[in-house]
Amino acid sequence: MNASVEELLALADDRLVLGHRLSEWCGHAPILEEDIALSNVGLDLLGQATRFLELAGEREGRGRSADQLAFLRDPTEFRNCLLVEQPNGDFARTIARQVLFDAAALPELERLARGGDAELAALAAQAAKESRYHARHTRDWFVRLGDGSEESHRRMQAALDFLWPFTAELYAGRGELRAELETLAAQATLELPGDPDFPASGGRRGTHSEHLDHLLSEMQCVARAHPGAQW
Amino acid sequence: MTSEDSQWPLWEVFVQEKTGQPHEHAGSVHAPDAELALQAARDVYARRGPVVSLWVVESARIAATAPADAASFLEPGPEKIYRHPRFYSVPKAGKSGKKP
Amino acid sequence: MPDVGSDEAERERRFQARIDAGEKIEPNDWMPDAYRRQLVRMMSQHAHSEVVGMLPEGNWITRAPSLRRKQTLLAKVQDEAGHGLYLYGAVETLGVAREALIADLLAGRAKYSSIFNYPTLTWADMGAIGWLVDGAAILNQTMLTKCSYGPYARAMVRICKEERFHEKQGYELIAVLARGTPDQRAMAQSALDRWWWPTLQMFGPPDDASTHNEQLLRWRVKQMSNDELRQWFVDLTVPQAREIGLAIPDPELSFDEASGHWRIGPIDWDEFWRVVKGGGTCNRDRIDARQRAHDEGRWVREAAEAYAKKRQA
Repeated sequence: MNASVEELLALADDRLVLGHRLSEWCGHAPILEEDIALSNVGLDLLGQATRFLELAGEREGRGRSADQLAFLRDPTEFRNCLLVEQPNGDFARTIARQVLFDAAALPELERLARGGDAELAALAAQAAKESRYHARHTRDWFVRLGDGSEESHRRMQAALDFLWPFTAELYAGRGELRAELETLAAQATLELPGDPDFPASGGRRGTHSEHLDHLLSEMQCVARAHPGAQW
Repeated sequence: MTSEDSQWPLWEVFVQEKTGQPHEHAGSVHAPDAELALQAARDVYARRGPVVSLWVVESARIAATAPADAASFLEPGPEKIYRHPRFYSVPKAGKSGKKP
Repeated sequence: MPDVGSDEAERERRFQARIDAGEKIEPNDWMPDAYRRQLVRMMSQHAHSEVVGMLPEGNWITRAPSLRRKQTLLAKVQDEAGHGLYLYGAVETLGVAREALIADLLAGRAKYSSIFNYPTLTWADMGAIGWLVDGAAILNQTMLTKCSYGPYARAMVRICKEERFHEKQGYELIAVLARGTPDQRAMAQSALDRWWWPTLQMFGPPDDASTHNEQLLRWRVKQMSNDELRQWFVDLTVPQAREIGLAIPDPELSFDEASGHWRIGPIDWDEFWRVVKGGGTCNRDRIDARQRAHDEGRWVREAAEAYAKKRQA
C-alpha cells in the first residue's frame, strides 16, 4: 500500500525546514568542527527532502517538481511538524531539537523501510542510515552539555523544557518517547519534562506557528522574484 | 570569568582508504575527547570517501624521532647490504617452482 | 669558542641547498626564523581567509532559489570551513596554537584576504564568487602545492582537489543566469562588474611594490610572482566571460597578438589599500560575526572540556 501525498509531504517538509534551520548555523557555530558537523546533518536532510518531494510531486500528478513544491507553496500548504520550524536559539536548543526529532524520525523511517511502498522504502532506508549518524553526534552533545558545566546543564534543561510540548505531533503515544529517551536523559543528568497540559500541534494540517512564514519568506524570496526562471 | 579560550586538544587523524592499505596521516582536528575526535575526523577527512577505517590519536601522545637523531637513529648505512634480497644470487631452479 | 655567527650562516647555507635541491622542509627541521615567520604569516592569513570567506556566501544559503543550488552552496561553505581547519592545522605544526590565531584575527592583528570585505548583494554574486574568487584562489593554490614547506604543500593538494567543484559550480551558476531572463542577465552582469577588479587585486600588489615576493620565491614558498599569477588568471577568465556573453568592466581591455596575453587597464591600488585598512563595506561585519560566534560558543567549548575532565578524574 502506497503512502499518500500528504504523508510524503510531511516527511519532506520536516526535513526541508529542519535542514534549512541547520544551514543557518554555517559560519556561526561554536567551533569550526561543528560548522562542518551541523552542515553535514543539514545537507543530508536537504537531500532527503529533495527525494521525498520528488516522489510526492510524481504521485500528486499535477506536474509539480521538487523545486516548485519547495519554493512556491504557501505556509498553510506545508506539512512539517512545529518542532522543526522553531528557531535555532542557542546551541543547546538546536541539539535538543535534533535529538527529539531523530528519536521520533528514526523508528518511523525504519518502519517505512520495511513497508509495502517499495519506492518509499528505498528512500526511507537511506534516510535511516543517515539519521543514525546524526543521532550519534547530537546525542553525544546532549550528554556532554547535560553533564558538562553548570551553565550547559541549565541551558540544556531549559531547551528540553521548552521543546518537549512540540513532541506531541511526532508520537502516537507519549509513553514511547519517554521510554526512548529515559536512559539518554539519565546519562545527561537531565530530567524529561512532565506531559504538558496543552501539547502543541497543527503542523500536519498546515496550521503553523508564526516562525514558518518568516522562514519561508526568506527561503523562497529569490525564486518567487523571478517566476518561471531557471537556476 | 577567564578570557582564556580553548579550542580543545589537537588530535592527529590517520585514514585507511581501502582494506589492505596502511593508514595514512591525513591531518588534524580539535576535539575534547576521542568520540568527538572520531566524528570530526569522519566529517573532515572522510566526507568524500572512500574510507574504511579512521584512527585518531592525541598529538601530545605521539612520540617521534627528532631530525638530529636521523644520522645515528634512522640511516641504515651502506655496510649491511646482506639485508637486501639483491645481495643474494641464487641458481635458477631455486628461484621459482611451478605452482601446483 | 665556537663562532655562532658562522654556525648560523652554515645552517642557512645548508637550508638553502635543501630548498634548491627541491627538498621539503618538515616541522622539526631547522629553518631560519624568517622562514618560519613568513610561513606562519602566510598560512594563518590563508586560514583566516577561508573562515571569513564562509560569511559572504553563507549570507545566501537561506535564499538559494533551488534545492540543488541550496545544497551545493551549503556544501561549498562547509568545504571552506574544512579548508580553514586544514590550514590552521598546518600553522600548528610550527608551534602556534589555534587559540592564538583566532585571538589575533578577532583583535585585528591578523590579515585575511580583503576580497571578503565586499558585500554579496544578489544571488548572482554566488556565481561571481565561485567563478572569479575561487578561480583566482585555485591558481594560487595550485602553485602552492609545490611549496617548500611540507605541511602547507600537503594541505594545498587536499584543498585543490576539493576546490575544483567550487569554481565549476560558480561559473555554471552565472552562465545559467547570463542566458536566463532579462532580470537574471542584468543580475549576472552587475555581479561581474562589482567582483572583477577586487578579484584582480586578490593576487596582491604589483611585483615591484611587493615586499615579500623575492624572498618567498628564493625559498620556493611561492613559484610565481603576483603579476604572473594575475596575468594567468586574466588570460583564463576573459574568454570565459565572452563565452557566456558577459562584458568585462574594463574599457582598456585588449588582446595583445604579439604576446598572446589579454592586457588590462590600470588597477586602483588606492582603493585596494583603503579596503585592506578597514574601509570596505563589510570589514567590521565580518569580524563582528566571527567575534559573536566565538563568544556565544565559549560555554559550549567549555562544557565539552568539563565533561571530558570529569571522565578523566
